[in-house]
Amino acid sequence: MQKFSGFGLIARAFGAHKSWQAQWRDPEPKQSYDAVIVGGGGHGLGAAYYLAKEHGMRNIAVLEKGWIGGGNTGRNTTIIRSNYLFDESAALYDHAVKLWEGLSQDLNYNTMFSQRGVLMLAHNIHDIQSFKRHVHANRANGVDNEWLTPEEVKEFCPAINVGGKDMRYPILGGALQRRGGTARHDAVAWGFARAADALGVDIIQNCEVTAIRRDASGAVEAVETTRGTIKTKKVGVSAAGHTSMVLDMAGVRMPLESYPLQALVSEPVKPAFNCVVMSNTIHAYISQSDKGEMVIGAGTDAYTSYSQRGALHIATHTLDAICELVPMFRRLRMLRMWGGIVDVTPDRSPILGKTPVKGLYVNCGWGTGGFKATPGAGNLLAWTIAKDEPHPINAPFTLERFREGRLIDEAAAAAVAH
Amino acid sequence: MSGAYRLPSGGRINRQKPISFTFDGKKYQGFEGDTLASALIANGVLLAGRSFKYHRPRGILSAGADEPNALVGVGRDQAHYTPNVRMTMQELYDGLVAESQNRWPSLMFDVGAINDMLSPFFPAGFYYKTFMWPRKAWDAFYEPKIRSMAGLGKAPTEADADRYSQRYAHCDVLVIGGGPAGLAAALAAAESGARVMLADDQPEFGGSLLAETEATIDGKSAIDWVAEMVAALKARANVTLLSRTQAFGYYPHNSIGLSERLTDHLANPPAHLPRERFWTVHAGEVVIAAGSLERPMVFPENDRPGVMLADSARIYVNRYGVKPGKRAVVFTAHDGAYRAALDLKKAGIEIAAIADLRHHPEGPLVEAAKAAGIDVLPGTSVTGTAGRLRVKSATLARIGADGSAMDERQVECDLVLMSGGITPSVHLFSQSKGKLRFDEHLKAYVPGRPAERERSAGACRGLYALSAVIADGFAQGEGAAKSAGFGGVTARTFAVAGTLESDPGSFLGAAPHGRDASRVKAFVDFQNDVTAKDIRLATREGFRSIEHVKRYTTTGMATDQGKTSNMNALGIVSEALERDIPEIGLTTFRPPYTPVSFGAFAGASRGDLFDPVRTTPIHGWAAEQGAAFEDVGIWKRAHYFPKAGEDMHAAVERECKAVRDSVGIFDASTLGKIEVVGKDAATFMNRIYTNAWTKLEPGRLRYGVMLREDGFVMDDGVVGRMADDRFHVTTTTGGAPRVLAHMEDYLQTEWADLEVWLTSTTEEWAVIAVQGPNARKVIEPLVEGIDLSPEAMPHMSVAVGKICGVPTRLFRVSFTGELGFEINVPADYGRAVWEAVFAAGKAYDITPYGTETMHVLRAEKGYIIVGQETDGTAVPDDVGLGWAVGKAKKDFVGKRSIVRDEFQKPDRKQMVGLLTDVPAEVLEEGAQIVADPKQPAPMTVLGQVTSSYMSSVLGHSIALAMVKGGRARLGETLYVPMPGRAIPVKVVEPIFFDKEGVRLNG
Ligand SMILES: Cc1cc2nc3c(=O)[nH]c(=O)nc-3n(C[C@H](O)[C@H](O)[C@H](O)COP(=O)(O)OP(=O)(O)OC[C@H]3O[C@@H](n4cnc5c(N)ncnc54)[C@H](O)[C@@H]3O)c2cc1C
Repeated sequence: MQKFSGFGLIARAFGAHKSWQAQWRDPEPKQSYDAVIVGGGGHGLGAAYYLAKEHGMRNIAVLEKGWIGGGNTGRNTTIIRSNYLFDESAALYDHAVKLWEGLSQDLNYNTMFSQRGVLMLAHNIHDIQSFKRHVHANRANGVDNEWLTPEEVKEFCPAINVGGKDMRYPILGGALQRRGGTARHDAVAWGFARAADALGVDIIQNCEVTAIRRDASGAVEAVETTRGTIKTKKVGVSAAGHTSMVLDMAGVRMPLESYPLQALVSEPVKPAFNCVVMSNTIHAYISQSDKGEMVIGAGTDAYTSYSQRGALHIATHTLDAICELVPMFRRLRMLRMWGGIVDVTPDRSPILGKTPVKGLYVNCGWGTGGFKATPGAGNLLAWTIAKDEPHPINAPFTLERFREGRLIDEAAAAAVAH
Repeated sequence: MSGAYRLPSGGRINRQKPISFTFDGKKYQGFEGDTLASALIANGVLLAGRSFKYHRPRGILSAGADEPNALVGVGRDQAHYTPNVRMTMQELYDGLVAESQNRWPSLMFDVGAINDMLSPFFPAGFYYKTFMWPRKAWDAFYEPKIRSMAGLGKAPTEADADRYSQRYAHCDVLVIGGGPAGLAAALAAAESGARVMLADDQPEFGGSLLAETEATIDGKSAIDWVAEMVAALKARANVTLLSRTQAFGYYPHNSIGLSERLTDHLANPPAHLPRERFWTVHAGEVVIAAGSLERPMVFPENDRPGVMLADSARIYVNRYGVKPGKRAVVFTAHDGAYRAALDLKKAGIEIAAIADLRHHPEGPLVEAAKAAGIDVLPGTSVTGTAGRLRVKSATLARIGADGSAMDERQVECDLVLMSGGITPSVHLFSQSKGKLRFDEHLKAYVPGRPAERERSAGACRGLYALSAVIADGFAQGEGAAKSAGFGGVTARTFAVAGTLESDPGSFLGAAPHGRDASRVKAFVDFQNDVTAKDIRLATREGFRSIEHVKRYTTTGMATDQGKTSNMNALGIVSEALERDIPEIGLTTFRPPYTPVSFGAFAGASRGDLFDPVRTTPIHGWAAEQGAAFEDVGIWKRAHYFPKAGEDMHAAVERECKAVRDSVGIFDASTLGKIEVVGKDAATFMNRIYTNAWTKLEPGRLRYGVMLREDGFVMDDGVVGRMADDRFHVTTTTGGAPRVLAHMEDYLQTEWADLEVWLTSTTEEWAVIAVQGPNARKVIEPLVEGIDLSPEAMPHMSVAVGKICGVPTRLFRVSFTGELGFEINVPADYGRAVWEAVFAAGKAYDITPYGTETMHVLRAEKGYIIVGQETDGTAVPDDVGLGWAVGKAKKDFVGKRSIVRDEFQKPDRKQMVGLLTDVPAEVLEEGAQIVADPKQPAPMTVLGQVTSSYMSSVLGHSIALAMVKGGRARLGETLYVPMPGRAIPVKVVEPIFFDKEGVRLNG
């Protein structure tokens, strides 16, 4: 792997940058691997990287039906935070945030993780109760999260209108996680791909898995792909919105619903918004990218669908809220809007663990909020595949919990999407 | 008077109406009908902005929506300021104030241009490779630096002063684009009688014909033909014409978003006009006639001010009557540029040469250029340009078969026109999920199989000759009308003359130049400063998918969304990877076609109109009393009724005391209400609720609990049985819509055999709760036909009669622990009855109370609030509602779930009460509960405080909490850890007041 550094950039400038090599190879699939990851999003690529790095499994491949990072990884609004309510969730997401904090250096790829703070706004008494409960629970868990008064909200994020008579739902306060922030989504996929490739992982694009073959005992023995059959005894599925389809290939029915979720950006402007602000009550999520675009998250459509575009009125509704929160952004213009397919579980918490099929592992159900978990999910999926048992952090996030009733219901607790 | 570069005649400007405006503080003049771009060109100004990354000086490149360079901030003050406005789309008005962007201190001299000198160190994606050490420096140093360099214009710093409106419309045929194809399509469709809408982004209909000076149609000049067509359309009642209206997005099921600009072209907009109108159009059929875009040539230093698209230069001359320069070099691989050269020459601009990349250009236009004396140089490339703030010369060279450059020579010029051919505007087609097809001959993607009820017409599907375009427009318009069910259009032909039509030719990718390709800057994406070598670097670094190339280099991601750059980028990738273009694919087209104001999306939805305000019939009374309100969903509820000088705490203490001592009155109208009626109503209730309903007699009430399928408490409420086949159901305020949907879902999908009808009656009833030891005495004199005695009407009963002469369903029920009634009256009588009760209560000092007092009173009694004690993880037994589950019932929603092992565990969180040692210490709601307060994080947490208040009647704070194994911990001391300290609490039964319920049954 060619080392990336400022010095390297300068040195290679004198050779007109001709000596930069491919960041990852474009290999033909081998006939068999020790493990195969289905889905070349950040989670799948991360799993491959950690399998190679921490578990010494190097004869492995990531199979991606399109181009890596082209799923939700490359479509999301990149909000990262870990101030979730339940102990299990806080541990899971904080594991990821800790990895984020050293990720650029670990991968030697600038993932632009920017801890500008994530501020969640409260607009009614129920919000206040819920956010304060989060603050207390997070403190007990050692996760940073603090309550801000409306004045403190205004001071932390001067761009937003905290209230007064001209606002339908004035801001009554907010919960701030200072360690939260954003990262550059593409860089995460590419950084993991490059680092995994350097450890020998084959990253195979334009390779769709079409079937999962099982032996007489029922265990996984191979996957069929659009680029041929690949033998393997371990398959880790990390296919986000399409997980139910992939698991169905092995006869496993998933408690998932897939919905289009939309996002949009404004034209780029000079710095005008200094942190990440989320308001679930009025449905607005906003931050400004390094390039200057306001990055705005909308809601999911009301109906399930695999079409990667959502309805117009959903985006419209989100901009209602943005204009209400930041009235001076009314004259900014929408540059682009798009959608991704998110996989939603009944309790809005992910499923990360084993399946009833031997050799088949799944990481899914991150729904509208799994980007923040990328390094953590990859890391734990790798552990689970390598050891054939979950890590204590992901042990509660089983597929069985829905049958058993051990839900980790973040949605009911907070109803916050990202 | 309007600039040295204004032609003496011609153009569609109004020379009688001079207009003055300023750009970067300097005053200029133009004419009505100018755009900001054409007016500046008239004044000899081409330098319009600085590029995003290298801050290179940039000029006006185009004359339309595709402009990547000439972006300015426009607006007289911050409340009207819009950044990133394309000069080419901004109509001129008197007093317009524009300023250039992304430069400091001035457009002419910008220190940011140092980036250009350092550019060898900033290739595509450089930021992924550096700024990683030291770790903390990214947030603290590098990122803020990068951010301040990035961005284009400045966001306004004041709230927008303008308004926006929204409309929904239906039509049979929507035609997008009012050029020759669109006009013909609209006419054909209109003649069929169909309801037609025609939208065009420009202030005038006509599209490309607005710059057409040679062609005639049916013997008329093109512009007269346009006028006639527009007049014919205007005359028809079934046609809606929308100019200045962009179709920005194609959404599922033929719903199209339009944005109409109403005032951005006016000096003094009339007060009644919104700035923009946002249309959602549901079209039966759509005809896309969006025309095409011209492709730039990618050659070294192709970005200097003065380098312009050839057809745009022609538009400036013909449509606006301005000369973009004095001496032009034309670089092309496309016949269109010859037409531009001919028109420019006629306007007095010297054409130094036409460098044609094609080795054998031929056809009528080429011949005409030669005949006009223009030097046509086949097989020739422009290999560089010179000049600082404006191009001064271009270097021309013959290109050998091997791509080498020969016979270089410098040609002086102040204008370089370029044209690599046309790219059909397939944006909307592609957004509609139609399949694109690559046309080898045109070297462009054209519409293939549509996915919606849609067809493309004219240039946007690759047609070029005017005659073909008009004929196609008419045919597609007719076809659309027919598909929408309208026929009877008389066939029509259009006689086009005066055009020189040819096989136009095209080129994709980077033009050969013989220089060191790794050193020169040949721009592909002008705004984002992406060069051909950046794209090659990306492919070298393994980015092989066009989507990866786009993301890595940012080509096509600027505010023009790649209108001028995408195809050339594709050509370069194709060459670098040695793969055909269809194999590489195309990046996805995303709405909007050009940027649309956030304000237009939001429309009137601001302030009070952001969400409907839902009020009860008694709201006005409460407001008059000075109540403080809280938002509960979209409801406004009276939170408390402060008297002069009281804060919430004092008001609540007084209200609580009044209820406990005498009587209080509370507006409970927001409670959800559903009338469940039908032969099978009881069966239905049995299945939806955990409780048993069969034996509940008419005239009795029961507290009902409802579970989700997974066994968790979903909602609760008191239900009255009005008759064998009729229940009056109440739900929580917030839960009403959810509960009705839940009921309907089961009724319609699972139990379609049941004869049950559900009606939401939330709005039908005003609900007045009268609570307190004197409640009966207050209402007794007002009630007719109901015996209120405890024997006739015990706790949990309902009777029908009259109050104040108004029909009522009178509930004897209590959420306070006191003797209480809930008076349901038709909403229209709500306030009158309320006032009558209030008047009757005067003798007992009746006190209005709000939701806060209601919460305290119920907490003293240990009554839960769904959503406060429960959080989607509690089953009935957890919150002490095990008694409400009908054990003998065969089935109900959630039954299968709550019998699972998980829910029988003794260490589940259970509802308990908590008392602090210090009576005045009120715990914080949401605070955590632990056994060992000294343990380090992550702590082993036992539960959380769910409700916490000061109870004045007890003289002690009280709290409800969910605690693991709580019922077995009664009497234990636990701790609530707070920053810097821990509060000891005693676990007690969750009923603090009148445990025996004596008062309730009074
Ligand atoms: C609009 C939007 C906004 C969001 N905002 C946020 C946010 O702010 N914060 C946050 O934390 N999360 C957010 N999310 C969620 C987040 O994007 C996802 O949870 C996360 O990126 C999932 O990562 P992944 O790697 O699992 O999935 P993906 O990146 O979707 O990767 C899955 C991959 O599997 C591939 N695949 C599928 N089927 C097959 C097959 N049969 N064979 C081979 N490959 C296959 C797909 O092509 C895809 O590349 C958002 C999502 C969307 C859509």
